[in-house]
Amino acid sequence: MNNAHPNGISPARKKERTLDIVNRGLGKRYRAERRFRCYGLLAIVVSMVFLSLLFISIVGKGYSAFLQTFVKLDVFLDPEILDEQSLATADYQGLVKKSLRGMFPDVAGRRDKRMLYRMVSSGASFQLRDLVLTQPDVIGQTLPVWVPADDDVDMLIKGHFDRNVDEGQRRLKDKQLAWIDQLSSEDRIKKKFNTTFFTAGDSREPELAGIWGAVAGSFFTLVVTLVLSFPIGVAAAVYLEEFAPKNRWTDLIEVNINNLAAVPSIVFGLLGLAVFLNFFGLPRSAPIVGGLVLALMTLPVVIIASRSALKAVPPSIREAALGVGASQMQMVAHHVLPLALPGMLTGAIIGMARALGETAPLLMIGMVAFIVDIPTGFTDPATALPVQIYLWADSPERAFVERTSAAIMVLLVFLITMNAAAVILRKRFEKRW
Amino acid sequence: MIAIREINEVGFVGQMPEQDTQQQVRAATGRVLVNRENRETVGEITVDHPRMTCRDVNVWYGDKHAIKSVSLDVGRNEVIAMIGPSGCGKSTFIRCLNRMNDTIEGCRITGAITLDGIDIYGKNIDVVPLRAQVGMVFQKPNPFPKSIYENIAYGPRIHGMAANKAELDEIVETSLIKAGLWNEVKDWLGQPGTGLSGGQQQRLCIARTIAVNPEVILMDEPCSALDPIATAVIEDLIDELREQYTIVIVTHSMQQASRVSQRTAYFHLGDLIEVGSTPQIFTNPSHQLTEDYITGRFG
Repeated sequence: MNNAHPNGISPARKKERTLDIVNRGLGKRYRAERRFRCYGLLAIVVSMVFLSLLFISIVGKGYSAFLQTFVKLDVFLDPEILDEQSLATADYQGLVKKSLRGMFPDVAGRRDKRMLYRMVSSGASFQLRDLVLTQPDVIGQTLPVWVPADDDVDMLIKGHFDRNVDEGQRRLKDKQLAWIDQLSSEDRIKKKFNTTFFTAGDSREPELAGIWGAVAGSFFTLVVTLVLSFPIGVAAAVYLEEFAPKNRWTDLIEVNINNLAAVPSIVFGLLGLAVFLNFFGLPRSAPIVGGLVLALMTLPVVIIASRSALKAVPPSIREAALGVGASQMQMVAHHVLPLALPGMLTGAIIGMARALGETAPLLMIGMVAFIVDIPTGFTDPATALPVQIYLWADSPERAFVERTSAAIMVLLVFLITMNAAAVILRKRFEKRW
Repeated sequence: MIAIREINEVGFVGQMPEQDTQQQVRAATGRVLVNRENRETVGEITVDHPRMTCRDVNVWYGDKHAIKSVSLDVGRNEVIAMIGPSGCGKSTFIRCLNRMNDTIEGCRITGAITLDGIDIYGKNIDVVPLRAQVGMVFQKPNPFPKSIYENIAYGPRIHGMAANKAELDEIVETSLIKAGLWNEVKDWLGQPGTGLSGGQQQRLCIARTIAVNPEVILMDEPCSALDPIATAVIEDLIDELREQYTIVIVTHSMQQASRVSQRTAYFHLGDLIEVGSTPQIFTNPSHQLTEDYITGRFG
């Protein structure tokens, strides 16, 4: 370098090689890049931490709901009570009470007896009835039967119950605790897998409540939503993108569709209430109405996703089809749609996942009702998974806390399955060539 | 008599040749050329028994006047080459010949274009049979993302040209043979067309076009994405196809135009400057702009 120039940085600069200039700035450039990578990593770590906090709290609270405490009773199926003529309406409750009295013969007095009976679930008698109805030949025998314990006993066994609290403020009294300890020592209390939770509908008794009714309701609702929103959404998108003239009217429609996508879901619920229930007189609390409302809500999402999928199809494919003499419709049906389908499916499934988690519009059309029966069709009264979670979260019984978390886990499994299906479908339909 | 260095509105860059006071210029060889400012078409635009005729064709993209009053005939069984610098309107022009410009938003076309005497922009003309008669090969090879067989069979199938599978097989085979691709792909007909090399893909696109048995084939720079060997194969192919089809080819390469075409049209900024037989255009052009372009002074 020429340093002869007295004040001259500039002539020296001029002679500097590009390589030197680049090398000088290189360290700074790499530092900036490293910093940027760190920000990205940090963002991922933060979101993972929050996500795992959510999962840990839900799973930590909810996993115990998959087990249920059972009590072994020696039930004498008394032929005198179990009359051949009225097997279905016989006094099974009495049988349960009798066997409990047999196990604790020294319990006397009405209050103590009531406390004793309250230790097993009211579902025990239904369990006995089912047993007798399916196997009538057990009448006259004494059978050991595992019946579900009451939710308070269940909570005690699972360790969610503090024995040291003053007796007046406990749901289980000292006598009951003594009986439970006695049963435990006799190996008559055991935790088993809670099949009821996955097969039953809702119930006021936590130990008898299950998620299956809500799952079936959600399923029927989503079927209606999918059947309506996917074909209508795709058809609307294809028309707007491929056939409609570009003028003020189509601009207006586009603005309105984008607007609809941002409308709060409760508004769709109000619309469903006013139009489907009050005007058309469709049944209340029915999956078909829920599906209609959610389809309206999902439609803009499907249309927007489908339009962007159509836009992404390269124009060269369109020109190729038109160049061999395909009509506009043939070009769309034979070439554009198959290429756009993966994107459309992804959009539809994301919309469906949103619909699955939607609660507000369902509240407006009565799907928030307490429904015990499992829906078997589109017009049966039903509730949906997120609504069930909301209902259980509102219930005062301690045992519903873990069931709420367990229901959230079921909902998450549903969502993961749907999103995985979206990925798999996209992979399958995507042309890799 | 001054030499000027300038970038003028005709897109001319560099040393302008000497001009005399007449509206004519004397080239190095002593020939007399039409002045640059004159945008009238020079040369014979008509042919005997034309396949397609274009009269006073103007094209606007919005406010942009892309083609200015172009008249040109396309003869039977000839290869006519469109040459000219980028943006001169040659691609726009051939896209008018099968109404591919219809799909472009804001494109307006005036004038008359006829195919075998019928106005293709007439009221009762359906673009589907028109495009079956006037096929097109594009600049970038654009096979469908389907198998080789399906690529060729698509056109005949939608037009109902084959009564059964055997006939369709035959169309596929003859088209691939004509395009010179049969020997390379006959065992791989079920393979994706996009898996072929660039040159093979372009020949596949040509085979796809001739499978519909068109009368005119438009080629929009078919070799611009290909290497010299693939280009040579396609040029030989064009020469063979001339026996059956009329071919309009747009090309950036003057050598290619001189190798494959019988007539050449030179476009400049939307004007058709000169039309003539290919040897005449390349050895003895009549217009100063054509002379400038083919001698490599610009473009």
